[in-house]
Amino acid sequence: MFAIVAGGGKVGANVARTLLRRGHEVTLVEQRGDRHEQLESEFEHQVHLGDATELFVLERAGISRPADIVIAVTGDDEDNLVIGQLAKEKYGVPKVIARVNDPRNQQLFDLLDLRLTVSATQMVLGLIEHEVPAHELVHLLELREENLEIVEVEVGAGAPAVGKRVEELALPQGARLISVMRQGTAEIAVGSTRLDAGDQVLAILEPGKEDELRRLLLER
Amino acid sequence: MRALVVGCGRVGSTVALTLAEEGWDVTAVDESEGALARLGERWRGGFVNGHGMDVDVLREAGIEQADAVVVATDGDNTNIVVAQIAQRLFGVDCVVVRLLDPARADFYADRGLDVVCPTRTAYETLAERVRASRSKA
Repeated sequence: MFAIVAGGGKVGANVARTLLRRGHEVTLVEQRGDRHEQLESEFEHQVHLGDATELFVLERAGISRPADIVIAVTGDDEDNLVIGQLAKEKYGVPKVIARVNDPRNQQLFDLLDLRLTVSATQMVLGLIEHEVPAHELVHLLELREENLEIVEVEVGAGAPAVGKRVEELALPQGARLISVMRQGTAEIAVGSTRLDAGDQVLAILEPGKEDELRRLLLER
Repeated sequence: MRALVVGCGRVGSTVALTLAEEGWDVTAVDESEGALARLGERWRGGFVNGHGMDVDVLREAGIEQADAVVVATDGDNTNIVVAQIAQRLFGVDCVVVRLLDPARADFYADRGLDVVCPTRTAYETLAERVRASRSKA
């Protein structure tokens, strides 16, 4: 695989190094002269000096071959957005991964149709929510491409679902239960699985169905 | 008619003043509070201090009612993103964007942005002046 990594900060350098170790071909692009010099001692000719939002820089890095994947991980979201858009739409790169620095900009990546995004801040926030839940419904995983999400809910005492079998639940369209964990043991949720107050339930659902699920599993 | 000018530097502020003079209801947006000074003491239009890529800032500046958006911050990539927000997210009909890099200007013009590239104007004009002086000689 031939990968172009735009942005030679900590993330970019570590990604490039790991891909190289796995035997892939990599070109790393860094625009700051001093940082480029540091990287050169390790990456030699595999690191290029230049602004990866400039077409000639991308072309010199080999994007027109085309690259199999472009990884836009600079510290500026506007740059990652433009690199991603150029890679996909001008050069026909089949896979583009972009880093979201400010989670508020996630909607801009969605707007410009860059679906594979990574946000460290968002991941930390997700972990905090999981470890220190502020809400009774925790988002565990967002499957953007599939437009689905996996959530965790603790069945509330007195909720409509308590004492019912999964097949008896009026689950919203576009929502399914995956598993039920009780006293540390999880089992796959099948039609005959009975729910009890305090059960930790994993569910997969379309975004926007959370409220219906909440009404069923949480509320009195 | 309402216009939004994102980026209130030399270019943006002059566009804002010109449009206001012609009767447009203009709001300028700039990251730096100091940019307001460029509009002069007699400025009666709006000014919002914030980043053009921040959708809330654009809303506060009235982008939902805007008939035209001019994007002229000092960053090409910011301009590219802001112009596409105006066009795709808010459906503004007239979005004009300044890009300094001719290569990106071409690509985004092909994709339907109304791009003004002063760099191209400069080199074309400079070359043209040289040609004109030679033909006079």
